[in-house]
Amino acid sequence: MALPLHAPLEISFDYTRSLGPTLSRFMTGLAQRRIIGSRDSTGRVHAPPIEYDPVTHVASTDFVEVSATGTVLTWTWMPRPIEGQPLTHPFAWALIRLDGADTPMLHAVDAGSASAMSTGMRVQVRWAAEPVGSIRDIACFEPLSTSETEPGGEVEPVTMVTTPIRLSYEHTASPEETRYLYGLAEGRVLAQRCPRCRKVYIPPRGACPTCGVPTTDEVELPDVGTVTTFCIVNVPFPGQRTKPPYVHAAVLLDGADIPFPHLILGCPADEVRMGMRVQAVWKPREEWGFTPQNIDHFRPTGDPDAAFESYASHL
Amino acid sequence: MTDTMTEVAVVAFAESPRVRRNDSTTNGVEMLVPIFRQLFDTTGLTKDDVGFWCSGSSDYLAGRAFSFVTAVDAIGAFPPTSESHVEMDGAWALYEAWVKLLMGEAEIALVYGFGKSSAGLLRRVLALQLDPYVQAPLWPDSVSIAALQARLGIEAGLWSEKEMAAIAIQRRGLPESVEDLLEQPFVADPLRKHDCAPITDGAAAIVLATGARARELCERPAWITGFEHRTDSQHFGLRDLTTAASATAAARAAIGGNVDVAELHAPFTHQEILLRNALGLGDAVRISPSGGALDGNPMFAAGLARIGWAAAEIHAGRAGRALGHATSGPALQQNLVCVMEGR
Repeated sequence: MALPLHAPLEISFDYTRSLGPTLSRFMTGLAQRRIIGSRDSTGRVHAPPIEYDPVTHVASTDFVEVSATGTVLTWTWMPRPIEGQPLTHPFAWALIRLDGADTPMLHAVDAGSASAMSTGMRVQVRWAAEPVGSIRDIACFEPLSTSETEPGGEVEPVTMVTTPIRLSYEHTASPEETRYLYGLAEGRVLAQRCPRCRKVYIPPRGACPTCGVPTTDEVELPDVGTVTTFCIVNVPFPGQRTKPPYVHAAVLLDGADIPFPHLILGCPADEVRMGMRVQAVWKPREEWGFTPQNIDHFRPTGDPDAAFESYASHL
Repeated sequence: MTDTMTEVAVVAFAESPRVRRNDSTTNGVEMLVPIFRQLFDTTGLTKDDVGFWCSGSSDYLAGRAFSFVTAVDAIGAFPPTSESHVEMDGAWALYEAWVKLLMGEAEIALVYGFGKSSAGLLRRVLALQLDPYVQAPLWPDSVSIAALQARLGIEAGLWSEKEMAAIAIQRRGLPESVEDLLEQPFVADPLRKHDCAPITDGAAAIVLATGARARELCERPAWITGFEHRTDSQHFGLRDLTTAASATAAARAAIGGNVDVAELHAPFTHQEILLRNALGLGDAVRISPSGGALDGNPMFAAGLARIGWAAAEIHAGRAGRALGHATSGPALQQNLVCVMEGR
C-alpha cells in the first residue's frame, strides 16, 4: 500500500467587514493618527473602544481620545515572527495601557531585544506611513522617546475594513483516495466496494456513508457512463477554466453506485440531457498527474440514451 | 415536566493515539472509524442504537469547508440520522447531547471531537479565533497570548516558572529535573517548550445514555450531576487574565461538593495552576491522571477527552466523584465543567 499522498494547500480570502458606529469611530480616528476609546457605565475608559457596556449591555456612546503613549502591563518575546505579524524581525507582544485608558490593548513593541523589555516600561505608537483606517495603522509600539507625530487632518469616515487571510496547510489524501489518485496517474479509474452494503464508490472512501466502514475491494471501472443530472454554467467567475455556457454534470460510470462530477463538452450545452451516454476524453499522457483532471472532460458517445430506471436510484 | 428528572451518564470513552502527526485526512474519518468500533465493542451497541450524534471540530483547522460533513461518513448516516455539530471542542457537543437526552429525544448519544492540528501552523491558525477587527489582523499567535497571561501571574506571585516546570514533569513524565528544564530556552518568554502542550493529531468519543440504558451498558456509569459552561469577554483588556471568571462561575454552578479527581484542559502549565485556583480544587484532589492536555492536545478533542478520562476514573472505581474540564478560545476564555459520580 502506497503511503497517503499529500500536497501543500493554500487558501486565502479577503474578509470585508462593516464596522458599526463604535469601531467606525475608532478606525476613522486611526486614519487621522488619533486613538479613540469608549467610556463605560462605571467610568472606565477602553481603548480600543468596546461596542457594548460590559455591565449594562448598552451600546457605547461616550467616546474619548486617549494618548498614543502608554505603559506595558505584560509582554512576551517573539524570536521568529510568523507570516502576517506586525514586524518581520524579532519583537515583543505586549498588553499596553494607553495613557487616558483604564484597560490595555494588544500590539507589538519594536524593542530590539528581549532584554530591552520590562513590565511597566513606557512606549509610544509608531504610525504606519499611510494610515487607512485599520488596526495596522499602528505599525507597532516603540520605547518612548521625545519625538511626537502630529495627528493628521479630517478624513472621510471609515465604515469598512478588509482583512486578507491566507493560510497554508499540508493536505493529506486518505489511503483509499491515494489508491484512486495513483490509478488516475496510470489512466485507470479505480473505485472500491463497501464490504458490507456492496456499493461501489468512486472516489473510494475512508468510510462508506451508509455503513461507516472503510471501502476495501478494489473495482476498476470503465471510463464510460451516463449523465444522471447536470447544470449549465452561464455565470463567469474568477479562475474559470472553460468559457460559459458549459455543462457540469454528474456522470454515473458503468458499474459505480455514486456519480462522478465532471465537464461535458463536445456538443452544444443545450443538447446535454439526463440519460446521455458519455465517455472520458483524457489529456495527453505526458500531462497526467495524481488528479481527476487527467480526464479533460466527457464527450457524448452517440449511443442511445440510458433508460431512466437504470440511473433513477442514483439521483 | 415529569417529577423525576432523566439521569444521564457517560458509559464509554475512547481516544485515538496522541501523536504529533498521523496519516489521517483533515476530515477525521480515519481517526474516528477505529474509536467508534472500540465504543461499539465495549458497549455491544451498533450504529443503529445511537439516537443522536454530535461532534466538535473546526474547518479553519482542516483548511476546508464543511469538513465535519465529510466526517459524518464515519457514522454511517444512512438512512438519515439525527446529527449536529459545534465549531468548538467536542466537550460542547457533549453538552448539546446531554440536553438532547434530558429532553427525552434520545436514549443514547455518541459524541466525538477530532482535530488534525498538524495540517497547518497551529499557533497561527488559532489567531483567527480572536476579535476580527483589532486583534486577528495582527496575527497574534496562541502561544504568545498564553505567554502574556503566564507573565501576569508570575509577576503577581500566583505561580512561578519552577512550579510550572514541576507540572510539566508530572504530567508528561519527563526525566529532567526542574533545574534542567529551567535552563532550556524560552519559546515565548516566560514559556519554555515544556510549558506548552504538544501539537497533537487525534480524536475522542464518548457514549452517553439515560437511566436504565446506562446501567445495561456499563457496570458503573459516570452519572452527570452538574454540567455548566460560561464565557469571558473576547477583549483581553476587560478580563483579569490571572484568573478565569468563567471557569469559577461554571464550577460554582456545577460542582456542589468535593471531587476526588479533576481532569483539567490546561494546554499551558501555568493554566493548570490558574484553573485549580479558579475551580476551587483543594490539595486532596488528584489532577489529570491521564497526563492532561500537556501530554497530548488534539484540538477540538482534548476537552472531550478530559471528560472521558474523568468518567473512566469512575468506571474503574478509582473515584466517587470526578470533574472534567474543557476550555476553548484564547487564554482560557471559555470554560466548561462536567461533574460526574458513581453510585
